[in-house]
Amino acid sequence: MIDANVNLFRWPFRRLAGDEPADLVANLRKKGVTQAWAGSFEALLHRDVAGVNARLAEACRTHGADFLVPFGALNPKQPDWQEDLRRCAEVHKMPGIRLHPNYHGYTLDDPVVAELLALTESHKLLVEIALAMEDERTQYALMRIPPVDPAPLLDLVRRMPNLRLVLVNAGYQGVHSTEHISELAKTGNIYFDIARIEGIGSVARLVEQVSSSRVVFGSYYPFFYFESSFLKVREAGLPEDQVQAILEENARNVLIGR
Amino acid sequence: MKNRALSRRQFLAQTSAGAAVAGVACCSEFASANSKLGVAGGSPTPTPPSSSATSGLVDMNTLKALRIWDGHCHLEGFEGRTPGERMQNMLRCADRMGIEHMCVFLGMQFEFYASPESMRKQNDEVMEAVKHSNGRALGYAFMNPNYVDDCLDEINRCVRDGPMVGLKFEFDTPALANSPPLDRIVARAGELKAVVMHHTYIKTTGNMVGESTPLELAELARRHPSVTIICGHTGATWELGIPPLRRLKNVYADLSGSDPTSGFTEMAVRELGADRVMFGSDIGGRSFASQLAKVMGANIPLSARPAIMGENLRRVLRPILQAKGVKL
Repeated sequence: MIDANVNLFRWPFRRLAGDEPADLVANLRKKGVTQAWAGSFEALLHRDVAGVNARLAEACRTHGADFLVPFGALNPKQPDWQEDLRRCAEVHKMPGIRLHPNYHGYTLDDPVVAELLALTESHKLLVEIALAMEDERTQYALMRIPPVDPAPLLDLVRRMPNLRLVLVNAGYQGVHSTEHISELAKTGNIYFDIARIEGIGSVARLVEQVSSSRVVFGSYYPFFYFESSFLKVREAGLPEDQVQAILEENARNVLIGR
Repeated sequence: MKNRALSRRQFLAQTSAGAAVAGVACCSEFASANSKLGVAGGSPTPTPPSSSATSGLVDMNTLKALRIWDGHCHLEGFEGRTPGERMQNMLRCADRMGIEHMCVFLGMQFEFYASPESMRKQNDEVMEAVKHSNGRALGYAFMNPNYVDDCLDEINRCVRDGPMVGLKFEFDTPALANSPPLDRIVARAGELKAVVMHHTYIKTTGNMVGESTPLELAELARRHPSVTIICGHTGATWELGIPPLRRLKNVYADLSGSDPTSGFTEMAVRELGADRVMFGSDIGGRSFASQLAKVMGANIPLSARPAIMGENLRRVLRPILQAKGVKL
C-alpha cells in the first residue's frame, strides 16, 4: 500500500500521535503501508524553505530510506524559489514537490504558477498540490486559511501535457467543496487522493467522477487517523482491480511517470 | 524500493468479514456506479491472517464484536424515493462497515427553521424508516423550540405513543440551547426517559443564527441534571467543545460530524472518561468510515472501545427501551 499523503514533524496547533518521524514510520508500517510520500508541516509557516527541505530529506533518509519519499516544499512568492526547486531535484533527489498555495498566499491563476509548473515539468518532478489542510470552520481563529480553488488548473494543465499532478486533500472542505473534479480529470495527468473525500461511499463516487485510474490512497496521517482513508476504501465496495489500483498501482505509476 | 502488494483478498480479510455474510453488494448511492463497473455481490470472506503486513488494520470481526450503535444518522444523503428505501440503503452501508444499530433523525430532506407541519413530516419520515429497519434503527423526534406546544404534541405523538426514544434539536430558532423555551421540552423528555441530542458547533467562520455551542448546551444541561443530553458533534472544534462538558455528568460527547482529526477521541476520553463518549457518524453528510476511524484509530485503551462504540448509548437508552418493551 502506498500512502501519497503524509506529513512529517509538528502541526503548528496541536501535538499529533505520529509527529515524530520514527513513530510515523513505525505506525504506518504496522498498518501495511510500504511507501509513504512525505511532505513537511514545517512547510506551511516556515520561511526558510531550503532548511525545511533539507530537514525533510534528512529525516526521510534517517527514518525510512526505503519507505519515506520526500516531497519538498516550494514557495514561489519568495525570492529565488527556483534554487529551492533545483535543490529538491538535484541535491535531495526528490521525485516530487508539494505546494501549499493557500498557506503561501497565492492562487493558482497567479502567473508564477505556470512558471513553476513548467519548471517542475522540465525537472520531471511530480507535483502535489494540497487544496486544504484543515476544515476552515475549525481553524485557529487568528489563522484562517481558505481552501485552494483548483479551477485555474483546467487551463494550465491543458498546456502542459507532461505535467504529473496529484491534488491532495481535495473534496469535502466544510463550507466549500472542491469543484471541477471531473473536468480536471479529463484535462491531463491529474490524480486525486482520498483523504478528505467525504460522504456515503465517497471513494466510489470519486471513482465514478474521475475513473479508478486517477485515484490514489492518501491518509493525511498523522493529522487524520490513518484508518479513515483505509475504511473509506472498504466502504466503497470496489472490485479487486480498482482497490489494488487505488491502494498502490496508480501511485507507483504516477511516481515513475508511466 | 520494496513493494509488497496488498491484494483485495488481503484487504477484505482485514476489513470485511461480515459484509459478504450479510449479502451486501454496495451502498445504493454508488450501486449504479458499481453496476456500470461490473461489480458483483459480496466476495468470499477469507479468515484474517493472525499476523501479516496489515496486522495493524481494522478487521470486520473486530468491528462486529464491538456491537456498534451509531448515535447520529440521517436519511438525507441516501438514495431512495421513500423512507423505507433509504433505510434499506443505510442498512446495506451499515452492514458493510459493521454497524449494528443506528439512531436516526431529521427527514429525507433537511428543513431547518421548520414549521410545525415540516417538523411532523420529518418525524413521520423517520418513523416510517424505522419501521423498515428490522429493529435496527431507533428514531429521535425533531424539535423546533420556536413552537413549544407543537414540540410537546410531537413528543406525545412520537415518543409517548410512538416508537421514538429521543429528541433532536438543530438550530431552528434565534434562541440558543440555553434559552427558556427549551426547558419545558427537555423536562418532558426527562419524564419519558428520552435522551436529548442537540447539535453544537464552534465555527471559526461564524456560527449560524441559532446555532449553539457546547457552552450554551452546558447551561441547559445544568438546569436538567436528570436528563441525558448528548452534545452533537461536541462543537467540532473539540479542544473548545470538550471542556464545558467536563463537570456535567449527564452530558455525553458525540464524536460525529467532523473531520477524523487525530486527538479528538483521546482528549474526550481523557477529560470525560470513556463512559461519557459516544460514537456517531453523521452519515448522510459524512461516511461511516471516516467517523469509525475516530475510535479505531485513537490511541485509547482497547477496553474503552466497546463503551464508546455502543455500551454507553445502550445504557442511556435502556430505560426508555425497557419502558417500550424492547429487549436489548
